[in-house]
Amino acid sequence: MGEHERDDSEDEDGTGESPTNDGHRFDRLPATAEERVVPDRPTRREVLDWWDERFGVEPVVFDSHTFWERGDGKIWAFREELATPVEIEALGMTFLRTRQEHWKPTMAAIQRFGEHATRNVVHLDRERAAEFLAGRDQELDWDGDWGYLVVTHDLAGRPEPLGVGLYVYGELRSQVPKGRRRDLDG
Amino acid sequence: MDETGSSDVLARYEPLVDDVEAFRAACRRPLPSAVRVNTLRTTVERAPRALNAEGIDHERVAWHPHLLKLDGQSGANWPYVQGWLHGQEEVSALPARVLDPDPGQRVWDACAAPGSKTTQLAALMDDRGLVVATDDNLGRLSALRSNTERLGATSVAVTNEDARVHSLSPFGEEPYDRALVDVPCSCEGTVRKNPDTLAEWTLEHVLGIAGAQKGILRRAVQATRPGGTVVYSTCTFAPEENEGVLDYVLDEEPCRLVEFDLPLASSPGVTGWEGEEFDPSVARARRIYPHQNDTGGFFCAKLEVTG
Repeated sequence: MGEHERDDSEDEDGTGESPTNDGHRFDRLPATAEERVVPDRPTRREVLDWWDERFGVEPVVFDSHTFWERGDGKIWAFREELATPVEIEALGMTFLRTRQEHWKPTMAAIQRFGEHATRNVVHLDRERAAEFLAGRDQELDWDGDWGYLVVTHDLAGRPEPLGVGLYVYGELRSQVPKGRRRDLDG
Repeated sequence: MDETGSSDVLARYEPLVDDVEAFRAACRRPLPSAVRVNTLRTTVERAPRALNAEGIDHERVAWHPHLLKLDGQSGANWPYVQGWLHGQEEVSALPARVLDPDPGQRVWDACAAPGSKTTQLAALMDDRGLVVATDDNLGRLSALRSNTERLGATSVAVTNEDARVHSLSPFGEEPYDRALVDVPCSCEGTVRKNPDTLAEWTLEHVLGIAGAQKGILRRAVQATRPGGTVVYSTCTFAPEENEGVLDYVLDEEPCRLVEFDLPLASSPGVTGWEGEEFDPSVARARRIYPHQNDTGGFFCAKLEVTG
């Protein structure tokens, strides 16, 4: 995996500037490539496969959710069926960014669905989790893949998915969006 | 009593209150902060365990299994970051409980920002179904968006519009099963949190905002199916914004007020105010004064759509 650009500008509410003409409405993802009309729009199949391959989250986890794109590569997950397109402010939860070569899940999606992840999961102790939540990078021994990881920590005696980390060059780079960073005592 | 130099707004409500001294005393006491446990993310057992581990003192609210009173601020701790907790005043948790939506239903939250009740509705529905959250203020919607994301609700669709002209077209023109109309108001009942509220009070504002409240409640009745439920609530004591709004909408739209149980001590809606008589059924609404349960002030009514 090559150079990664940190996406500090991630706005989890998806209301930031949108580079394409899709920016003001939600279009449902086509089920498969055969049904694709807008070039480069990811399909539901591709999204399900990505979660499965990257984190071991089985497609059945998303059976009750529909996927939508608003703006270039900003994918949302919604717990209902609606006729596409939908022109409103928000539809469910920001879920995944697919514009770059390496797709990136949102912090909200990891907190919501990350409990189902079985690979590319790194567990941090409280002190390291506090560094991560504050938005700071840290050195990390990690034998697995480079790229986006599910970061977990213990809360009330059980591991909980906290957010997204980017592992490159021996370093875990916090991807916690600015608005959700906190300085909590380790 | 009046340190601000403004007129004594609360004196206006003394004729309505059973114990004026207790009412006055309660309005002077600051309100302890409370949090709601987000059952989309955790359980009522695990959240207190996480708070204990953080050394944060807390106490269960007797009437509501998901509410905890906290010592200090609610936002700077691990369970909050994890979406387990949401800062929400006790009485503010009432209207969603009265609306009592079921999983899979279509529900409208007409004045939704900053999303405390929206996310409570989604949690009551186990994040199954549709919660349409409407607000006319984009800045406040941004707060709602961060709350729905942090609390993990995926059943919420957000619209930015004036609730009085809310459009069902993005949602297939189908009416709602339930609607929550927790309107902007003169907020006298929040005096324990914001003492400045009373300093800004004017009768013109009360009468002006009552006009908007009537329009929003009318739209909610229109957008809800026959047999469906609409809950109207405010945090003001002003009859103009409470029973007066109900009286107007009872005349204009096919609906009726129904009795309901509250887990807190309350008083019936008032059937007359300053020479005006209201429909007698407004007595089925409930008034909550700060001294009755040591909470903020609140008003809540439950309507059934009849046609």
